[in-house]
Amino acid sequence: MSYSDYTLGAPVADTAAPAGPIEQRWEQRRFEAKLVNPANRRKHTVIVVGTGLAGGAAGATLAEQGYHVVQFCFQDSPRRAHSIAAQGGINAAKNYRNDGDSVRRLFYDTVKGGDFRARESNVHRLAEVSVEIIDQCVAQGVPFAREYGGLLDTRSFGGVQVSRTFYARGQTGQQLLLGAYQALSRQIAAGNVEMHPRTEMLDLLVVDGRARGIVARDLVTGEIRSYTADAVVLATGGYGNVFYLSTNAKNSNATAIWRAHRRGALFANPCFTQIHPTCIPRSGDHQSKLTLMSESLRNDGRIWVPKAKGDTRPAAQIPEDERDYYLERIYPAFGNLVPRDIASRAAKVVCDEGRGVGPGGQGVYLDFADAIARLGRDAVEAKYGNLFEMYERITAEDPYTVPMRIYPAIHYTMGGLWVDYDLQTTIPGLFAIGEANFSDHGANRLGASALMQGLADGYFVLPPTLNDYLGRTKLAAVPADHPELAAVEAESADRLNLILAVDGDRTPDSFHRELGELLWEECGMARDEAGLRRALARIPQIREEFWRRIKVPGTGEELNQALEKANRLVDYFELAELMCLDALHRAESCGGHFRTESATPDGEAARRDEEFGYAAAWEFTGTGEAPVLHQEQLVFEHVHPTQRSYA
Amino acid sequence: MNLTLRIWRQQGPDTPGEMTEYRVSGISEDMSFLEMLDTLNEELILRGERPVAFDHDCREGICGACGMVINGQAHGPERTTTCQLHMRHFTDGDTVDVEPWRAGAFPVVRDLVVDRSALDRIIGSGGYVTAPTGSAPEAHATPVPKEAADLAFEHAECIGCGACVAACPNGSAMLFTAAKVVHLNVLPQGAPERASRVRNMVETMDAEGFGGCTNTGECATACPKGIPLSGIARLNREFLRS
Repeated sequence: MSYSDYTLGAPVADTAAPAGPIEQRWEQRRFEAKLVNPANRRKHTVIVVGTGLAGGAAGATLAEQGYHVVQFCFQDSPRRAHSIAAQGGINAAKNYRNDGDSVRRLFYDTVKGGDFRARESNVHRLAEVSVEIIDQCVAQGVPFAREYGGLLDTRSFGGVQVSRTFYARGQTGQQLLLGAYQALSRQIAAGNVEMHPRTEMLDLLVVDGRARGIVARDLVTGEIRSYTADAVVLATGGYGNVFYLSTNAKNSNATAIWRAHRRGALFANPCFTQIHPTCIPRSGDHQSKLTLMSESLRNDGRIWVPKAKGDTRPAAQIPEDERDYYLERIYPAFGNLVPRDIASRAAKVVCDEGRGVGPGGQGVYLDFADAIARLGRDAVEAKYGNLFEMYERITAEDPYTVPMRIYPAIHYTMGGLWVDYDLQTTIPGLFAIGEANFSDHGANRLGASALMQGLADGYFVLPPTLNDYLGRTKLAAVPADHPELAAVEAESADRLNLILAVDGDRTPDSFHRELGELLWEECGMARDEAGLRRALARIPQIREEFWRRIKVPGTGEELNQALEKANRLVDYFELAELMCLDALHRAESCGGHFRTESATPDGEAARRDEEFGYAAAWEFTGTGEAPVLHQEQLVFEHVHPTQRSYA
Repeated sequence: MNLTLRIWRQQGPDTPGEMTEYRVSGISEDMSFLEMLDTLNEELILRGERPVAFDHDCREGICGACGMVINGQAHGPERTTTCQLHMRHFTDGDTVDVEPWRAGAFPVVRDLVVDRSALDRIIGSGGYVTAPTGSAPEAHATPVPKEAADLAFEHAECIGCGACVAACPNGSAMLFTAAKVVHLNVLPQGAPERASRVRNMVETMDAEGFGGCTNTGECATACPKGIPLSGIARLNREFLRS
């Protein structure tokens, strides 16, 4: 039986959310939750993996409540988690502008923006909690932008019609993360959090059907050992780096969530990936990552390519009537401000036609000449000066005189470990928060909502639900000589030794590039059955070649960054396969998942709610073995599915 | 372009290190400095040699993980992070020296990787506002004058890379410490812990083995985020005031 012959298993359902009016579910859930006596909390150890917005917030909060937290990050400091790179802002339904915003509107926008593939209960709670996040961050000293009167400034972001995005210049993620990091640092210094930097989770320990710890490797000494606990929280981020080139940090990886998946946690909607239209194009084969520029640039820049194929003249020499402002032409109502996915796909189409610009023809122009003529150079500089500077530093081109070149890049992954309303996975005692779970963004995430979700999960949602789990569950300590510990440690060590033993002739990066290019081509912005089947045939071949030809010098008992890369790749191969299968099985277009076979006559994404109005939660059955699909039917009681239109 | 690299190689904290010479060719001027090192490492791996270890992550200048002394300057000739330094600032045939951050408080882990955990401990000793989750008042309860918010932000931009320490002839962490003290002490939210914060952070800074400040100013010149030297004066004022 081939990998793509998946079978249909029992449906999966969220049983943690209380019934009743959606506005009261979160309050009801907190009321019903068991509590743990404050004096008993220090007897409970909780492992938190990752120190980004979700993990940092969760670690600090759980420690404040009295739990003994053992926390891990692969970076040298918890302050470096990739949440730090988020630019735009964080949404909250404060309605400070008196412009008609409300919890209900943020809920509505998020469900609709997710193209009706998210769970209503979770999204409503996210909108409710959003207001508390801003209060919390301000109290921590996060320097949000302010008005002259001393009150918080907001802006409108991501195509919504209210001004609900709080920001700290273009470094909102950095400032929010430092707030969480500082709260976490306070708990580390107080001895309530045992922090393990430069330590990477390699596997999950499941004892008697419950998550009871992890196996992790000290990246400096190479020591592999078990850490046991009463519950495990994964806050390890998304899996965009499976594409090799993405806006993720170089070391962001999927090993923690994938290993948990292999141990029994269902993985939901892996094909829901988000592509950001305004990134700086690659400059050559040496490119190691892509840099995003705020999409606010599209407010004033005009996107175009030459009308003629293979036109290599400099932009300035291409006369106006030989330019194709294709977004303005195809979508006259929205023009350059169409949603991310539409702008991205349109860019790929014109480049595939041979009309792309810059090295390799993988770019389109974002031209500010009209804006400069209309507003003046000073006004444009005031608005976008820092972005122009960043662009010039990377490309050595002056965007005031030469049009910018942009191209889409993988930016965020909506899919992740399946969780219920309590953010608990299908393995009892294993929780997934932030980008690592699948819960709130459906098939597409709105701008400024990732920071909101990470902090909501970490500060406010996980602590009470984890309380409930620990209060409800009788757990005996896992003895240090429990056979599962030694077995999983040995399995982790064996895998590294197998990689080292191959001693072939290809580097980890060469395989990663090959896998990434394949995925970008066949499971990127636009997908079709033939391409996905090609990818599903090709991935096992690359994996087989990996195990024949990988070369990693050195040993496992030292700092060995090439070994770290190769080990993460082993998981990427399997994850890539599942992404392609998920994309193949979902024969509809929705949000970031565009199947060319499922489009409206004018080329828009066409959802097929009757057949695909569910979250696809996959069960692992073995490497290269056909997985089992469990469907969670989504019910829309409050926001009624409609088809988007931007024509 | 073709370059000669002289890179500090050191197996571990307790083993001696040395400058080792490598030649790289076909370097594109559009490469970042780290992509140039990637190119070298790909060759080393294929030759079965240990690649050069260096810290890096976001590669867009914000995480603060990367940092090396390039031709004697922290983060190299441009005022930016190493990941945002591009090879167009070098010339074909150049010899480039690449060393780790050099400071007593930053022991070498391997090659260009150093241990900067002392900076985390400075933050842990006072670089926060005590505001347990859930205890926060409504955000608009306390207006913050825009000037204070902007001054706080200017100092909050610190990425904790450690270039200030590496650039300082005394290996001092005054600019790093000042950045956090000023960020929090100028805000009303930071006022209740204003005195204890600065005292505790300065005490930890000294205990971690960072050198004293002699107002050389190399720190602010090397800082990729432009944390102003005046921050150190503000730190001193806060310290005296406490």
